[in-house]
Amino acid sequence: MIWNETKEQMSRDEMTALQSKRLVKLVDYVYHNVEFYRKKMQAIGLLPSDIKGIEDIVKLPFTTKDDLRDNYPFGLFATPQSQIVRVHASSGTTGKATVVGYTRRDLDVWSECVARCLTMAGVGKDDIIQIAYGYGLFTGGLGAHSGAEKIGAMVVPMSTGNSKKLTTMMVDFGATAIACTPSYLLHIAEVLEQEGMINDIKLKCAICGAEPWTEKMHKDIEERLHIKAYDIYGLSEVMGPGVACDCDFHKGLHVCEDHFYPEIIDSATMLPQKDGELGELVFTTLTKEGLPLIRYRTKDLTSIDRTPCECGRTSARISRFKGRVDDMLIIRGVNVFPSQVEAALVEVDEVSPHYMMVVDRVNNLDTLEVQVEINPQYFTDEIRGLESLNKKITHVLSQALGINPKVKIVEPQTLVRSQGKAVHVIDNRKLY
Amino acid sequence: MVAKQLSVFIENRQGRLGEVLSVLKENKVNILSLSLADTTEYGLLRLIVNDPALGKDKLAEDGFSTMLTDVLVINISHEAGSLQDLLSFLAENGINIEYMYGLSIDGQEAYVVLKASDLKKADEMLAKKGVKTLSSEQISAL
Repeated sequence: MIWNETKEQMSRDEMTALQSKRLVKLVDYVYHNVEFYRKKMQAIGLLPSDIKGIEDIVKLPFTTKDDLRDNYPFGLFATPQSQIVRVHASSGTTGKATVVGYTRRDLDVWSECVARCLTMAGVGKDDIIQIAYGYGLFTGGLGAHSGAEKIGAMVVPMSTGNSKKLTTMMVDFGATAIACTPSYLLHIAEVLEQEGMINDIKLKCAICGAEPWTEKMHKDIEERLHIKAYDIYGLSEVMGPGVACDCDFHKGLHVCEDHFYPEIIDSATMLPQKDGELGELVFTTLTKEGLPLIRYRTKDLTSIDRTPCECGRTSARISRFKGRVDDMLIIRGVNVFPSQVEAALVEVDEVSPHYMMVVDRVNNLDTLEVQVEINPQYFTDEIRGLESLNKKITHVLSQALGINPKVKIVEPQTLVRSQGKAVHVIDNRKLY
Repeated sequence: MVAKQLSVFIENRQGRLGEVLSVLKENKVNILSLSLADTTEYGLLRLIVNDPALGKDKLAEDGFSTMLTDVLVINISHEAGSLQDLLSFLAENGINIEYMYGLSIDGQEAYVVLKASDLKKADEMLAKKGVKTLSSEQISAL
């Protein structure tokens, strides 16, 4: 099934024409409504009228996560606040969150995109789908939720955190689909196996995203649960889940490119890469009203394929992700930057600002250990003093990161010092 | 009298305790008693040594987190029940014990090393009662 045959099966020429028309309108819109873009364009002597079609996109300046931070919270919004009907937020590279705003029409476009993705995974109006992404500021829960409602499926808004309730309802309700992170789904499979409920489920498909996963995890999920698993991609800055999704043929993720124009660039030279060449994924939001972004650098490494897919869709496909350009980690679906840890530790007098993050996956759940050096002048020889210090650091870090790390106090002078590019992360998960 | 205890923070890593001991050996710091409190992640090594200040400096030079803590080294008779008597006495006087360990010399004299909630008060109470406690200088001379 294809949700929107007109848009998902357009010829390349028609798509290019549509994207051209939308880009011209977008550039004019941001020039007149977002001071940040107007100044950026003026600085390079670019006028909206210089953009005549999608091929002119290379003339436009890039946008980064830092730009969102510098204009926190609403500085890049293109509409008055009264037009914004919802905001979401994700982690910034330091203390401040990245805030994104949606108009009513933006929400409609979002649910349309998610509907396309869910349809790609075989979800229809007769399905019962459990949404087990976090609901709240994170885009995962509410984003997937609205798309599933649009399709007319019966939506069970599980959110995260209660695996026992989720598995019980999965069996009792006869849920046929689930949307969650792939690592969480593997954990669910484990719970079902332990409870002897694995043969009682009616699940047929899973739509997994919000973190990178390997081919092996994909195979694992499909074999253990006897279902089909699909990869959904998105990022809050661009929209949220539903920017792209893979179909039955798993030959890359179909991008909703009538709304999000994808480019691949070489992050060193900033020049466009040819189709098939690996580089950084860049998106321009062609139709967004609340927070339109021009050439937003995702820092995700992938390549693009614009040839038609066997599934009948003509939309551009991005390959399975090959890594990140920056040092962002995705831990239990939450974006974590080492710089956040550093900024949080500076606030704690008892420890030095040196740290090491050890990320692992134990029983399919991500774990984060943060090793910190105790500041010798605050050393105490009482266990409970050290334990309360440990609790304090854990609290500070969990407030800053949005996930609970395990804190390990280590001896002074034992962690690697910054010498040029210091290594602050050991990721044992091997996700790429 | 109050004595100085040398405390050292050690991670639970193989050979780490040995490294502390070798620093002490090189500098001829003699250990009279020790206690090792451990958690899953780290340990706290508490030592009564003949020269706590020297031990602290040398260990700090090698990057160890160390500190000197005031403790009481209390003489008790070498017979059953003497420790119980001491603890009852402290409890009656409202003194909480945080940790303690033993110290015995030549099998003749017995001591307990004790860290208490109100060390000064405990010291005074014991002095009044006529219980012998050792200072760091006296310990060095042992």
